Amino acid sequence: MKAAEFDYARAGTVDEICRLLADARGEGKIIAGGQTLVPLLVMRLARPALIVDINRVADLAGMAVAGDAIVIKAATRQADALADASVQRAAPLLVKALKMVGHPQTRNRGTIGGSLANADPAAEIGLVGRTLDAAIVARSTSGERVIPISEFFAGAMTTALAPEECLTEIRLPIWRDAGRVGSGFMEMSIRQSDFALVACACQLLLDGSGVCRRVALGIGGAEARPVRAAPVEQRLVGTRLEAADIADATEQLRDALAPLSDTHASADYRRRVAVALAARTIAAARDDARAAGA
Amino acid sequence: MAESAFRYIAKKRRPKEDRRFIAGAARYVADVALPGMLHVALVASPYPFARIRGIDARAALGLPGVRAVVTGADLVAATDAMMSGLDAPKLRRYPLAHQLARYVGEWVAAVVAESRAVAEDAAELVEVDYQPLMPVIDPEAAIKPEAPIVHPDHGSNVLFRKKWVWGPVAEDFAASDHRLAFRARWHRSSTVPIETFGVVAAWDHARQLLDIWASIQMPKYPDQLARALRLPGNAVRVHFDVDVGGSYGVKRGLKHSILAGFIARQLGVPVRLLEDRLENMRGGDAQGPDRIFDIEVAFSKEGIIRALKIRALDDCGAHAGRAPLQLGKPVGAICGPYRVNSVEYEAISVTTNKTPQEAVRGFGQSPTNFALETMMDRVAAHLGLDRIALRRANLIAKDQFPYTIPSGSTYDSGDYHTVLEKALNAADLPALLRQRDGARAAGKLAGIGIACCLEPSGGNSAFEPLFNPKNETTTWMEACSIKIDLYGAVVVSMNTSSSGQGHETLAATVVGEVLERDPETVRVVRADSLSALPSNSPVGSRMAIMLGGAAAGAAKKLKESILAIAAKKLGAPVSELVYQNGDVALRQDPAKKISWDAIAEIAHRKFHELPEGMEPGLQATHVLEVPTGGTLPAADGRVQMYPCYAFETHIVYAEIDRITGQVSLGRYVVGHDCGTMINPDIVHGMTYGGIAHGIGAALYERFRYDDTGQLVSGTFMDYLIPSAHEVPNVEIVDHCTPSPLTAFGQKGSGEAGYLGAPAAISGAVNDALSPLGLKLAELPMTPGLLGDLIATADSKHK
Amino acid sequence: MSRHEISLTVNGRTYRATVPARLTLVDFLREELRLTGTHAGCEHGVCGACSILLDGRAVRSCLMFAVQADGATITTVEGLAPEPGTLSVLQDCFWELHALQCGFCTPGMLIAAQSLLAKSLAPSEQEIRDAIGGNLCRCTGYKQIVEAIQLAAARLSGRNVPANNHG
Repeated sequence: MKAAEFDYARAGTVDEICRLLADARGEGKIIAGGQTLVPLLVMRLARPALIVDINRVADLAGMAVAGDAIVIKAATRQADALADASVQRAAPLLVKALKMVGHPQTRNRGTIGGSLANADPAAEIGLVGRTLDAAIVARSTSGERVIPISEFFAGAMTTALAPEECLTEIRLPIWRDAGRVGSGFMEMSIRQSDFALVACACQLLLDGSGVCRRVALGIGGAEARPVRAAPVEQRLVGTRLEAADIADATEQLRDALAPLSDTHASADYRRRVAVALAARTIAAARDDARAAGA
Repeated sequence: MAESAFRYIAKKRRPKEDRRFIAGAARYVADVALPGMLHVALVASPYPFARIRGIDARAALGLPGVRAVVTGADLVAATDAMMSGLDAPKLRRYPLAHQLARYVGEWVAAVVAESRAVAEDAAELVEVDYQPLMPVIDPEAAIKPEAPIVHPDHGSNVLFRKKWVWGPVAEDFAASDHRLAFRARWHRSSTVPIETFGVVAAWDHARQLLDIWASIQMPKYPDQLARALRLPGNAVRVHFDVDVGGSYGVKRGLKHSILAGFIARQLGVPVRLLEDRLENMRGGDAQGPDRIFDIEVAFSKEGIIRALKIRALDDCGAHAGRAPLQLGKPVGAICGPYRVNSVEYEAISVTTNKTPQEAVRGFGQSPTNFALETMMDRVAAHLGLDRIALRRANLIAKDQFPYTIPSGSTYDSGDYHTVLEKALNAADLPALLRQRDGARAAGKLAGIGIACCLEPSGGNSAFEPLFNPKNETTTWMEACSIKIDLYGAVVVSMNTSSSGQGHETLAATVVGEVLERDPETVRVVRADSLSALPSNSPVGSRMAIMLGGAAAGAAKKLKESILAIAAKKLGAPVSELVYQNGDVALRQDPAKKISWDAIAEIAHRKFHELPEGMEPGLQATHVLEVPTGGTLPAADGRVQMYPCYAFETHIVYAEIDRITGQVSLGRYVVGHDCGTMINPDIVHGMTYGGIAHGIGAALYERFRYDDTGQLVSGTFMDYLIPSAHEVPNVEIVDHCTPSPLTAFGQKGSGEAGYLGAPAAISGAVNDALSPLGLKLAELPMTPGLLGDLIATADSKHK
Repeated sequence: MSRHEISLTVNGRTYRATVPARLTLVDFLREELRLTGTHAGCEHGVCGACSILLDGRAVRSCLMFAVQADGATITTVEGLAPEPGTLSVLQDCFWELHALQCGFCTPGMLIAAQSLLAKSLAPSEQEIRDAIGGNLCRCTGYKQIVEAIQLAAARLSGRNVPANNHG
């Protein structure tokens, strides 16, 4: 399994990346961590004429809180994001998800932006982004644009990025409402570190008396893109998130989802698991919020 | 003999060979690089069944760095067809497809180039004109008269079909209180080593010699390779000192080797053919048993099994491979560890348009054990009996050995009841039952699995004449030579390759034991196939018995020579001498002695002191025929299959997530009796590894084909090998019932764990599902399968 | 086509080479530098046999191109021993507890274990299994590997005296 030939360029700045991609006229592909791109290259399922290496672009690594969001640069290693104190404080849901991403070796090299750009329906990072209503920033020689996450994932393995665009950062909103915030992330994968058949991400807010005032629930792996379970969220707000409330709310998922079927699991299976996993994840997020203290 | 009676055998010892592996200094076939070596990439059929109308390699040959493109026509002209082992002369198989491509991934052309990358570039440019044909994918469909015929010259998709009746089966069924029938399905998996198969071939024109380095584990490999290439056997030299990165049966790469050898001779340049993972999964022809068992069992109301009828249908894939004969080996343990009066066994081997199988660890015994243990659990459930009590009542008792089963094989020794008790005690069955029942009370699906399984060991090709009476073969030997040099250093020569079984340590330990010399001082080397004595490779869990036996035999001969030299030097008969650590002294006067070093010196330099008639030097060879071997099967198929029978009892706790169908394995205990263990760490290691293989076959691994014959699990992303997260901590409880047939009471153990784990895990899952009224006899039991099954049962209850 | 000059340090030694862009790092190490201890088991990033330390982190060398390793500091299994002909404590523990059979996954396992032990000398069993979760083994069932890493952690933190050493 050896890749077909390609040209290689190592960029030093974001502007360079954009220029190289523009010159390649759609035949260029960015390599960040390579954990998903290189298998495609060596299996000859992808044959770009040019590979643009962004691993040495200093401006594309790092994370910091900026206003009401934590901004993570695209080429930040997953392992670094996992270990970062500001990420742990500002995006605990992402931390929970990152623990389930691949293996230590893949996290040492794989990047936050790389996973997003790859757009696997079961990918954890994209699911967290979708759940938290993130914003994706992309740059090209034509300028910069901000893509709401709801528009970012176009389908399985497909994003709204144009071939000459470089994803530069993800902005994850921080919930600053008064109350206790809790999060939960669960997934069903056949082996522990496989891609999820179904994944659930939940972040919620309890007020002083333990009533849920805000909730975001995302489902990954069930459909071609990660989705927000709005009908479920609507049913949960205003309740105390007791077992009956959760069971009642997650029932909405049965009709709301149009799951995929493949060699590993039927559509029915994904639907069933999504409902059950959502309930477990919401309960975990609730417990996390209750434990958070005032 | 008690294990404590040994000095080196059965003691903890660091395996010699480990040192080079931990240093990264081993030499696998991919590490062999010869000057000017060329590389091969394969062009594979995208169709499950197609006529090959033409191959146009012009564009490929035009690429710089490409030296040749080889097709099936070239090989048909210049090589002999690979043998199937069956009496089926019209079944012709060559390394590359010729006229017909019979499975997706079958190799149709080979590109030879200066680098693997360029060879792959060129492979994409080879144009093959295919005419797709209707394929047959399902094995039961393949038997029907209207099915497409995979080998038209053979005339049928049935490669082999035979029914044997051993004992009064019909009468036993008629006389029994009860009978049960069920089907068990073992889907395709395989051992899939982390190293793929590779071969380097170099033709030396000046010496008229073909040198071969390969990741090989195969009996008669040099012979079959030479024969296919139409070379005399002494024109092929296979280097057995290549480290093999795991095999567990499957690394027989004969087609790869014939192809590489052919290219090497054609081009006069060394050639490397190293499968990449995609080639390996689809076109490496190393998939495993794909079996449908239909079983009927007759038993009394007390649960005593009287008779069995077993129909085993195996889907070979597109070529015979070793699949048919893998239906034959289980004849040697066809009723498991139980007393059964009569057995009817029908073996049916069919071709379909899928990848062929290769010999997989246990050679068909693990699927058979899965079927037998499913049967025991079903009988117990039918009668409302405890599964363990049922097994106890049917297990062959300690005082009944040697025990001959209806198919003619005699089990050498065993104490199954004790192993079962030991395992149950170690597992703390009452505590496991409490855990299970507590989990069930909390609404969980929880179960305990128990399996009692045999590991026939020692190897013997008795299934060859059983399946093809024209093949009158009864020799299954192993050889070992030892020499002691002028300065007393010991060199042991073994005659085959190894793939992690610790054979160097095995041989050194045995030789050290007999000669009373520290195994650390014993060097073990491997002959190549020209200098080697006959060997049959590490298959059939045979090497502890056979290499151990041959090494012991050679060492004993040396010891006799040593004593004879000492006798002459000390002027006393051998009966008055004491041998100790290689030195020899007079029993009556220990001060009169001669040292090991002095004896070696006499042997090599002092002919005037050598006993009359003794050859100079100090060396010995022993070639050992397999114990109990040497007899052809009887007309009714009764045959002694393998000599020694190891036994294992698995006890495993499992919970199934009701929604996700995921199985979590908890406490796992295996009681294991393989007689004397020459090196306990090595035996335990293979047992743990065998269990991991078994977990894969039971829960995760499947070569899955869709309706159109495409392999949909052809990479490691979809073919799921258990990682450290999926394999629980296993506790092994050892027991030792020595074999009366071997040098030290050792039995084989290379297949341990794999032969019982799928059966036990299936038992645990079924126990967990039983409150839902569900039964499942199909492997692998994936989350999707279990989740859907449970959901259907749950919705029925609502 | 596209060829690039690289300079990198492997096991303490600096190498300079000109490589095609598509040459993977594992192939470069094995074929160009003849450091054949690192193995390619799947070439698509699942089995872990190709694991190396790149700038101190365990990574899959089959998922990188050699050109990307320009300027990097790499350790392969050949570089784990303190001196030529010796063994590290970790390697010695693998030998002591027979944490291998065919040896093909072993270099990758050692690298993954080394990476863990560099962070923690008291890893739990779960942490050990997490650390080697991306390294597939078909021979051992992982048990003796886990035990060897536990023993190495104990010895490296002075909590265990080595038995008579055959190294």
